[in-house]
Amino acid sequence: MLGQSFPFDMAHMLAGGMVTVSFMLLFQDRLIALIWFLALHALALALALAWQAHRQAADDLYVAAALALVVKAILIPMGLRWLVRHLQIERTVEAVVGVGMAMLFGIGLVALSVMVMLPAATHSPLMWEDLSFALAVVMLGLLIMITRRNAMAQIIGLLSVDNGVTLAVVGIRGMPLVIDLGVACLLVAAMVVFAIYFKHIHQRFDSVDVHVLDRFRGEES
Amino acid sequence: MDLPFALCLVSLLIGAAALIAPVAGRSWASVALYGLCLGVSSLLLVIGLWSLVAMGGGAEAPLLWLPLGIPGQGVHFRLDGLSAFFLIVINLAASAASLFAIGSGRHEHAPHRVLPFYPVFLAGMNLVVLANDVYGFLFSWEVMSVASWFLVIAHHRQPENRRAGYVYLIMAALSTQMLLVTFGLLSGFGAHLDFDAIRATPPSLDIARLALLAVVIGTGAKAGLVPLHVWLPLAHPAAPSHVSGLMSGIMTKVAIYGLVRVTFDLLGPPEWTWGAGILLLGGTTAVTGVLYALMQHDLKRLLAYHTVENIGIIAIGLGLALAFRANGFQMGAALALTAALFHVLNHSLFKTLLFLSAGAVLTATGERDLDRLGGLIRGMPITAFCFLVGSAAISALPPLNGFVSEWLALQAILISPELPQWILKFLVPMVGAGLALSAALAAACFVKAFGAAFLGRARTAAAERAVEVERSSLAAMLILVAACVLAGVLPGLVVDALAPVTTLLVGSHLPNQITQPWLTLVATTPERSSYNGLILMVFIALSASLSAFGVHRLASRRRRRAGAWDCGYPETSPATQYTAASFAQPIRRVFASVLFSAREKIDMPAPGDSRAARLTLTIRDPVWALLYRPVAVAVTTAAEIISSALSLSIRQHLGLVYGTLILLLVVLALWQ
Amino acid sequence: MIQSLLAQGFQMMLVLAVAPLVIGIIRKVKARLSRRIGPSIFQPYRDLIRLARKDTVVAHNASWLFLVAPYIVFAAIWVAAALVPTYALGLIFSWSADIIVIVGLLALARFFLALAGLDVGTAFGGIGTSREMMISSLAEPAMLMIVFTLSLLAQSTQLSSIAHYMMTADVGLRVSCGLALLGLVMVTIAENGRVPVDNPATHLELTMVHEAMILEYSGRHLALIELAAALKLTLYLSMLTCVFLPWGIALNGAKLPVLGLGVLIYLIKITVASAVLAAFEVTVAKMRVFRVVDFLNFALMLGLLATLLLFVSRSI
Repeated sequence: MLGQSFPFDMAHMLAGGMVTVSFMLLFQDRLIALIWFLALHALALALALAWQAHRQAADDLYVAAALALVVKAILIPMGLRWLVRHLQIERTVEAVVGVGMAMLFGIGLVALSVMVMLPAATHSPLMWEDLSFALAVVMLGLLIMITRRNAMAQIIGLLSVDNGVTLAVVGIRGMPLVIDLGVACLLVAAMVVFAIYFKHIHQRFDSVDVHVLDRFRGEES
Repeated sequence: MDLPFALCLVSLLIGAAALIAPVAGRSWASVALYGLCLGVSSLLLVIGLWSLVAMGGGAEAPLLWLPLGIPGQGVHFRLDGLSAFFLIVINLAASAASLFAIGSGRHEHAPHRVLPFYPVFLAGMNLVVLANDVYGFLFSWEVMSVASWFLVIAHHRQPENRRAGYVYLIMAALSTQMLLVTFGLLSGFGAHLDFDAIRATPPSLDIARLALLAVVIGTGAKAGLVPLHVWLPLAHPAAPSHVSGLMSGIMTKVAIYGLVRVTFDLLGPPEWTWGAGILLLGGTTAVTGVLYALMQHDLKRLLAYHTVENIGIIAIGLGLALAFRANGFQMGAALALTAALFHVLNHSLFKTLLFLSAGAVLTATGERDLDRLGGLIRGMPITAFCFLVGSAAISALPPLNGFVSEWLALQAILISPELPQWILKFLVPMVGAGLALSAALAAACFVKAFGAAFLGRARTAAAERAVEVERSSLAAMLILVAACVLAGVLPGLVVDALAPVTTLLVGSHLPNQITQPWLTLVATTPERSSYNGLILMVFIALSASLSAFGVHRLASRRRRRAGAWDCGYPETSPATQYTAASFAQPIRRVFASVLFSAREKIDMPAPGDSRAARLTLTIRDPVWALLYRPVAVAVTTAAEIISSALSLSIRQHLGLVYGTLILLLVVLALWQ
Repeated sequence: MIQSLLAQGFQMMLVLAVAPLVIGIIRKVKARLSRRIGPSIFQPYRDLIRLARKDTVVAHNASWLFLVAPYIVFAAIWVAAALVPTYALGLIFSWSADIIVIVGLLALARFFLALAGLDVGTAFGGIGTSREMMISSLAEPAMLMIVFTLSLLAQSTQLSSIAHYMMTADVGLRVSCGLALLGLVMVTIAENGRVPVDNPATHLELTMVHEAMILEYSGRHLALIELAAALKLTLYLSMLTCVFLPWGIALNGAKLPVLGLGVLIYLIKITVASAVLAAFEVTVAKMRVFRVVDFLNFALMLGLLATLLLFVSRSI
């Protein structure tokens, strides 16, 4: 029943799962739910990495999977939750465009990713599907960043973009692990910096809505 | 034999129009004229059926040449499969409308403005589908447009009817201009005006593309494709009820005939981009039309917007057929074309039925506004039943006919992954989703329309006092109801009748339906998909009777009447019922806040102030604001500039002439 | 011929008998998970019999549509439920109607129920009907997109063929299948008015959709409508199990013992599905009415995405 192409199907299923969770991130408007879905996103990434490790028989990918699980699925969401609670950030996230339009645009982005990766289809149709899903996750993450007013939500979008990039990179056989480790360390450093900034912005303006900064800069009447 | 007879009948119509003009005010004039139209339409219907059956048996299409029109050219007529089918569509609805008008005609207070033009309108429509050359087609098209324009401004005392007539005239002129361009290009700028000659010499690809653009704009303006649909919701309600039914039900179909005739018959081999364009246009029209309809609370405008939606659905079928044909998939093209043409028949039936019922409501109550009706099911039970069947049919509910054409369209969409072009691979699922969305929204809209008009409690005294209309009107509506049901449970007969038409246009047809077991409808192969409307209806009827029998044997039979429960609230005034606008509010909030900038503003009085609260709903029509207003402003500005040129002094006039002369000399110099 | 008619008739009676049991199991599981004992799983049968024995009270201004609607609604849903394969594939009437027809029949039932809600002319009827039409205007396209996905996979719109395909062919794990499953579960919840879309246990104005439409019904009419609602839920659960868990369904022309086994397996599947639904209902809270729109938008997008992926590549 499971078929000859089970290894590839499983990889596509996990990648498709990441795309679905990206869509879920797109229509959430509560901050806590957004953080949990980010954790789910990272969990799907960890499973995808583990599966790739199993398929390619590359042990260093298991390390990458464990890293994704511990850092991106557990530590970062916990840190974000601590921030939200500690700074008493506003729990609802305003979106700039309506949910329906955002989702329709998201579907268009998935279509675009599939079309863009077409040249890869001539080499290997299975890699084409992997890459197009990964590109879709990246584009959807960017869309999340663009359509949210809340700085915290924008950070979550950025993190999902990073997840997508990791997924793309790992699908290609033989990618060195050190790059992945480097990006992960960079992320952790970035998170610490963001946390400090959030604290400062919140103390000064009592809000992390980026529109407040516009008023401060004098760009909004 | 049948073609000359058909032309004689058409000339009988024109003669009757001329004769009735001086005596239109007499009491017998209305009944006599509509009776004659009924007879003529029925005969033409029989001719159409006979020809289509004969064509299915392999007969040749008869030709005829008459020495009328352009001296030395004459005018050609032809009755092939496509013409025969559209003849059936036109005359079935025309017979029903004429029968209806026999009863309702006596309520007409300006018969001399309606009676002479009605037969001319019918004649024009019939001649368009019979014409076989450019002159015949365009002349009949204009006759149809002008006659219907006279009918639209029949009740000219009301300002909105005058505005409707103005907009209609502009759009009709646009349509004819574009058709002139189309036929000019196709006929090699007048070299061969005969359709047979055009078929023999297909145009080059560039000319064909330009001609397609022109014909889509020309026939789209008449059929109601977005954004050329703006005249429809103004003009269709303005005309008398039976004429509205004909304009919505069959004049738009004549426009579709024009589109089909040009794109499938005269343009030569299509490209896939043409199919994609028409598909996209159709999908947009379908969704936009039904969203417009949801905002309406005038019964006839609501029906007019639904016509726009259904034209969109037909265009989806046609676009898909073109795309299949361009890729050489003949079976797919046949399926999509059958779906589109079946929907043409279905829509003419149920739209005419709905407009006639709306006309009956207008006659009985004098109201068209849903917020002033209500509870009519008690006073007008037969009209209510007819409107109910029409609503169920247009909402694509089994086992009626609307469902069959939707089923065929969805089957066509399901075989389109074979199309190799990438844009089509993305466009077709989107359009499929749009089709599903429009069907669901149409059902919601008709629940609103039927519920607000016929159910509940009467909101005004006029609705309270309504009684049933004349018997001939009721008979006309019931005939259309029977036709809807028959087309729904015996769709195989219609599909078989369409086989010669699709063979003519795309070279293939669906599997022979009569030979299927139990009269099942089969789209491609029986293993893939099949639908049996007759068995389904029998099944439903059996289940309903079985449950009724079981309930009445096993359960208590007693029933008594009391006040409405309403969660224990005492009896409230009819004004507390849901109105059309309140019913549509959730859907409006979901769909229309982006497209129509629908905004609700509530103005509540301060506590202690006893004035009424006010709810203001603003809706902005994007097509008027973004397309027509700028065009109108540009035209007015240009007109003002040019009219200022009329009041120039002699010296300035001379200067203008001198400047033009210099310009021409410069052009001449550069040319060499 | 007689045998096939009997098999079809047996399926009709089976779904009719199982429907109240599904409701009973769901209520029992929800109660147990909320640390209550809860009513017996056969209580819905007793409720229906009790309702049937009572007088029917009809409002003064209710029309013939109000009296006829329960029968039409029940007949449409019963016919649709009889067309979904439960214990055997390829029953005699399954070729007369495919999955699109089933969606259409459910739309027919909803149409008449909505009209019945508007018939008496109270504000509650209006609330229920307008909200129901809003929900269905998104749920029906989502359902049709899922239908497209399944039909494109199985190259057929007949449910028997789809179930046969999922059972025997080399389907593998497909992203489109996963998306279709998720979408179908969401549509099931929305169309049947379960938590988080509508709470079937309350009668408060804020939470009413289905209950508001049938507020004026009593006695045998109400019994028919409640049975129809139970049948609709059974229909959706049967569809979920026959498409995504098709093993155990008897194939075309099977012998009697295999058919009997099919019935047993079907009952087990339905029981498990009801229990899972009940567990899900207990864990989530009901959404505000306009958040239901986001929920259904998501289901529609999932269906559209699945269809798009299948159009683009036959192997995704």
